[in-house]
Amino acid sequence: MSETKIKMSETKIQCSDLAYTYPNGVEAVKGVNVSISQGEVLSVVGQNGSGKTTLVKHFNGLLKPTEGKVMVGDLDSSENPVGLLARQVGYVFQNPNHQMFANSVREELSFGLKNLGVDSETIEVKVNNIADEFNLTEYLELNPYRLGFSLRKTVGMASIIAMEPNVLILDEPTTGQDFLGVETIRANINKLKSERKTVIVVSHDMPLVAEETDRVLVMCDTELIFDGSPSKLFSNNDLLNKTNLKPPQISSFATSVGIAKANEAILSVEDALKAIK
Amino acid sequence: MEVGLNLILSIDSQCSKGTIDKKPIRKIIVWRKMSEIVIDIKNLKVQYPDTDVPALNGINLSVEKGEFIGILGAHGAGKTTLCLSINGIVPNMISADMYGSIVVAGEVPPNIPVRELATKVGSVFDNPEFQMSQLTVFEEVALGLQNLGVDKEIILSNIARALEMVGLKGFEERSPFEISGGQQQRLAMASALSMKPEILVLDEPTSNLDPIGKEEVFTVTRKINQEEGLTVIIAEHEVEVIAEFADKVVLLEQGKITKIGTPQEVFPELVNKQRDIGVRIPQVTEFADLAPNKFQGTYPVTLAQAKERYIK
Repeated sequence: MSETKIKMSETKIQCSDLAYTYPNGVEAVKGVNVSISQGEVLSVVGQNGSGKTTLVKHFNGLLKPTEGKVMVGDLDSSENPVGLLARQVGYVFQNPNHQMFANSVREELSFGLKNLGVDSETIEVKVNNIADEFNLTEYLELNPYRLGFSLRKTVGMASIIAMEPNVLILDEPTTGQDFLGVETIRANINKLKSERKTVIVVSHDMPLVAEETDRVLVMCDTELIFDGSPSKLFSNNDLLNKTNLKPPQISSFATSVGIAKANEAILSVEDALKAIK
Repeated sequence: MEVGLNLILSIDSQCSKGTIDKKPIRKIIVWRKMSEIVIDIKNLKVQYPDTDVPALNGINLSVEKGEFIGILGAHGAGKTTLCLSINGIVPNMISADMYGSIVVAGEVPPNIPVRELATKVGSVFDNPEFQMSQLTVFEEVALGLQNLGVDKEIILSNIARALEMVGLKGFEERSPFEISGGQQQRLAMASALSMKPEILVLDEPTSNLDPIGKEEVFTVTRKINQEEGLTVIIAEHEVEVIAEFADKVVLLEQGKITKIGTPQEVFPELVNKQRDIGVRIPQVTEFADLAPNKFQGTYPVTLAQAKERYIK
């Protein structure tokens, strides 16, 4: 089957001295050196305009560096088309409307697989499985635009996961989601993690960053100014002030009442409970 | 209706809402007519065409002038429909069958045009860009007033005042599409405020904003509530902010109000029910439930309360 041919076991992403200047002259990212191994779950944070979306768009070739080099697995992103890179690195957009065009949820979920040359029987099985996994079965024959925003977002995510890329970029996955929507996304991140997929989450949702990701990249004014664990980030007041990032409430609480160790923030309610026992 | 006149005096940051602001809020003297009802909803039922289940099913809600009401609920619980019923968009622009009674700022929303009601009820939605249509910030705010046929001088003074209130003074000639998300959302607030409404309805206003943008919108919302005395109705997923700002929290489940009360009353009752109701609770409340001896069995709902009550 053609599908196995294009699938690779490992995709390491490596940026060396990456800089990107938009055609209008705006420099969005500069001097970024970062290496992301297969199976890592990391987040990219920073205010709008800090360069985080520009950075992650280099991970699947949506943007090509104007300076420096980006390797996606064995492929130099500057020398390979986005179509080829996207087989290894899937990008789930923040706004599902930007990636949806099919007449039914089933078509939407099938589209990528069809493009990869998967046969129709396998597609049907895969689509039914993914729909089941994301609780979309009852909506399969509906037009995606008849679904609410949150469900449409789930369809967008499922349609990319259906193609089974090694790396998934989730751009603001929890925006506008309610409790169950957020829980579903968290469960999916953990499932992808257990399958040794690399998951890169671009997010303003600090509890998500704290609880579900192991490494955080902080972008500020076009530069990568922090690369480390969430507990280091949320205990670094200077950095938090500089970037205007607000730790999860439980982290702030634990730090202020002295539950947290120095330079090691508490990341969840469960952690806080462990720390006082 | 008997209207009592009460003097509310709160001097420093020790007001009942609690605050984590570094600077204390100085609310000197506020004369507030207590129990002046600005929203009165009785047994309201709203059903959209071609649907089997009503979006709102027997809502009873009365809101006093100057109250800050936080609406919580899962997707599909009816938050948006409740907001849209208050500003008249349902059923006047989005058709639906409506039963029961609803009175907002002395008007019956289904009976008057939406743009007329907008002079009493301002609205802000989750995607500010959808609300923008003009070339400059000034024109954007002017649009609603011009459509009402208001005098030029009043237009100018209202615009200046509205932009000042949301902190966008000096942005008049900028394009609404070239400012940040938080600024766009504050611009949407300015457009609403330029009509000098009594009530501001905000439906998930910060869902699409970054942390700075969220902070900006919440700060302005609190300011217009506390300083201008506007009644605020806000549907929002950020429960930590609601716990801190709201006088009253309304929990919607499947078109019904299942809980209503102060954040202090409501959030502790939602412990361990997040999954069923589809709403988070503040992390400190969750923590207090798991470590009751550290809080003498009380349930803080804000960071400030949690810090104060924690027994080391």
